[in-house]
Amino acid sequence: MDIPYVAQPRQDTGLYNAKVGIWLFLASEVMLFGALFSSYIILRVGAAPGSWVHGLLNIPIGTFNTAVLITSSVTVVLSWSALKAGNFAKYRVLQAITILCALGFLGIKSFEYREKFLHYEVWKTDGTRLLGHIDYNGTHPLFWKTETLAQQKLDSIKFVPDPYHYTMTAKEMAHARKGGHGKEHEPVTIKTSEITRLSSFVPAHSTYFGIYFTLTALHALHVLGGAIVIAFIWGPGAKLWKTDPDRYINRVEVSGLFWHFVDLVWIFLFPVLYLL
Amino acid sequence: MQPTTRETHHAGVHEPHHEELGFWRKYVFSTDHKVIGMQYGFTALLFLLVGFGLMLMMRWQIAYPGQPLPVIGPLLHSILGDAASPVLDANGALRGYSITADLYNALGAMHGTIMVFLAIVPLAFAAFGNFVVPLQIGAPDMAFPRVNMASYHAYVIGGVIMFTSFFIPGGAAQAGWTSYSPLATQIPTNGQTFWIIGMVFLITSSLLGAVNFIATIIQLRAPGMTWMRLPFFVWAQFVTAFLLLLAFPPLEAAAVMQLMDKLAHTSFFLPTGLAAGGAIANVSGGGSPLLWQHLFWFLGHPEVYVLILPAMGIVAEVIANNTRKPLWGYKSLVYSVLAIGFLSFIVWAHHMYLTGMGTKISTFFQTTTMIISIPSVIILSCLFISLWGGSIRFNTPMLFALGFLPMFGIGGLTGLPLGLNYSDIHLHDTYYVIAHFHYVVAPGTIFGLMAGIYFWYPKITGRLMNEFWGKVHFWLSLIFMNLVFQPMFAQGMAGMLRRMSDGGANYSLAKVGQDAIGGLTDSIMHWNITISHAAAALGLAQIPFIINFFWSMKHGKIVTSDNPWEATTLDWQTPTPPPHGNFAAAPHAYRGPYDYSLPGEPKDFTPQNQPA
Repeated sequence: MDIPYVAQPRQDTGLYNAKVGIWLFLASEVMLFGALFSSYIILRVGAAPGSWVHGLLNIPIGTFNTAVLITSSVTVVLSWSALKAGNFAKYRVLQAITILCALGFLGIKSFEYREKFLHYEVWKTDGTRLLGHIDYNGTHPLFWKTETLAQQKLDSIKFVPDPYHYTMTAKEMAHARKGGHGKEHEPVTIKTSEITRLSSFVPAHSTYFGIYFTLTALHALHVLGGAIVIAFIWGPGAKLWKTDPDRYINRVEVSGLFWHFVDLVWIFLFPVLYLL
Repeated sequence: MQPTTRETHHAGVHEPHHEELGFWRKYVFSTDHKVIGMQYGFTALLFLLVGFGLMLMMRWQIAYPGQPLPVIGPLLHSILGDAASPVLDANGALRGYSITADLYNALGAMHGTIMVFLAIVPLAFAAFGNFVVPLQIGAPDMAFPRVNMASYHAYVIGGVIMFTSFFIPGGAAQAGWTSYSPLATQIPTNGQTFWIIGMVFLITSSLLGAVNFIATIIQLRAPGMTWMRLPFFVWAQFVTAFLLLLAFPPLEAAAVMQLMDKLAHTSFFLPTGLAAGGAIANVSGGGSPLLWQHLFWFLGHPEVYVLILPAMGIVAEVIANNTRKPLWGYKSLVYSVLAIGFLSFIVWAHHMYLTGMGTKISTFFQTTTMIISIPSVIILSCLFISLWGGSIRFNTPMLFALGFLPMFGIGGLTGLPLGLNYSDIHLHDTYYVIAHFHYVVAPGTIFGLMAGIYFWYPKITGRLMNEFWGKVHFWLSLIFMNLVFQPMFAQGMAGMLRRMSDGGANYSLAKVGQDAIGGLTDSIMHWNITISHAAAALGLAQIPFIINFFWSMKHGKIVTSDNPWEATTLDWQTPTPPPHGNFAAAPHAYRGPYDYSLPGEPKDFTPQNQPA
């Protein structure tokens, strides 16, 4: 006996096996990301006043990346319908765009990550806190933390401060940003002895960056995984199109459902992490 | 379709599959649900034994704190080093090696983890589910055979990582099977990291399994096998799979966050101002220890039903078969199991009454907890009433199934005082809790699983297990199980806390008089020794089972029919053992699962595939 409903739908459920499987899998994914979003809410609600980081992400780049992902969602469904109509060449072209969009998204995301890793906050002994960049002999170093100062045996650092801080409201931050625009900020020298804590915008910086990096990295892993599966079906797996076109179309559909889910997660991530 | 009986191919106990596969494809990279079920079964039984061994070491330390561990003390010292520390006598001569508090904590954490995630769930859900569910619904295999194989491999990898963590510097995780933060992240060894990574593999494994089970039950039911014709065991596995599918991902999220806390030094679960080792911890703070507990118990409570529902399913099958009458209230059983599945997602915080999460939240969870006991009681009542008026066959599987009923009853009813937040204040984190959930899982679930092993053994091997030694196994297990866990209720009510590495020896020194509050009386303390002896005896009582299990494979009584128990469900209407693809001809279900003793029928059982 062979396993039934591998390619054709079962009459009473109207579904083939893999489609049931992917929907169940997505249900569990909803619980996974749901738990992380819930954690975000609990951490944010429980944060001490003024301690929740906001307004430090690059919104234009984030918006562009959203557009990239939405484009890929469109091409993935168009490619499936092209395949359904028997147009394999059109499917190949459209799905290639999907894969390129996925890679583009990951590239832009890693650029954003790097931007965060060389952006710093300094906690000073007098209670003031500054955001900005470290100027270390004309370079911008990444990943420095408090211990780095002792390891490098630095008496002081040259620091280019930003005119804003996340303890301000969103409105004040926007105003400070506008006011500081065009003016070249003078680097200040901060003595090591005046620094109680130094951290770039890495997960350890605060619970906000912790949840930001956890959520976006987990999402990026999903993008990567989805792209690999789609690329496999697109490339070496395409032999199946000749031997069993029904199952091939099913594979494209199932991977497309996963891809839509990955996009949907980003649609929630973007406003929650960038805009709120 | 008439089953092919043993007589028609008598030589066939070791008959090869119709397509010959090499060793690796057949036993290691098999995609056959029956082989995967057996792989799961063997591995899980092995871990059951390992978990039991860890417990015996703990029991020694509880009964005789600081005394050299007999037999394996030197071995532990040579493997684990100073975690098993030398004990010297008055003259400075070496007497042996005893368990340190750190090692005790590791044993405790890993006993829980191994028993729950590596032994019981894989045995109850994956092993029995894999072998039996496709047969009972009349399917040729699981819906996704290769996913099934991947699920087993992920489980093995997770198990290896967990087990290996004993041998890394600093030893295994020490923060209990619940791994509460900040303790779990602040212990400066890598055991917790291994625990988390092991858990991620185990969660992946059960996710793949759960998707596969649900898709199989929805899609691959044989023609005529409608939902209300499914054997109760299939329903139980169906709900269990949903619990695993939806409850495990939040723990995965929590595990990822704890891993971040551990490796990337985030503060998801670390509050502001956290001090560890006398100094303010070097973290940003702002996290919430309660968040971990919520996420953990969001899995943890459905997990309890993952442990118990498959056993209930097995017990229902065995009882229907051996009372020779239909299950009483089949529909009530089905709706109750569905209700349990739903309600189990909204009771989790009854594990957290003492955390200070607030009385309003406590009241909500207390209410839902009381409500979930209703379907559990309905199930147990249906099973009890099913016995009424039956001509019961007291074979070994039936004895274990009958043992399950009162044992699970004790476990369930003693849970009520823990579910009410007022009485929980006294009982929380005492040996009472240990006794309660072990009554559910040990003489409860494990008896159910034993019933299943004795019951389906002839379908798997073509031979019966020895009845006499099976009965010896049952009665000794029943006696010693109760001797182990019954006194713990008394100890817990007397105030003995569950995580003391010396069994309360130091704590009881604080007593002022025989009845002083805060101390433990000698009579309570003395139970420690009794329990430990009973636990060792319980271990010895498993020897008949282990020998019977292997001996019967070669020398057990050969079954004379494909349906030795004269059962109605489709799993018995297959050749023995079922070949690749399971059925000789595509089965069709014409009737409900428990048509026993139908009036006017020539036999007292009417198989599901017999046309009306």
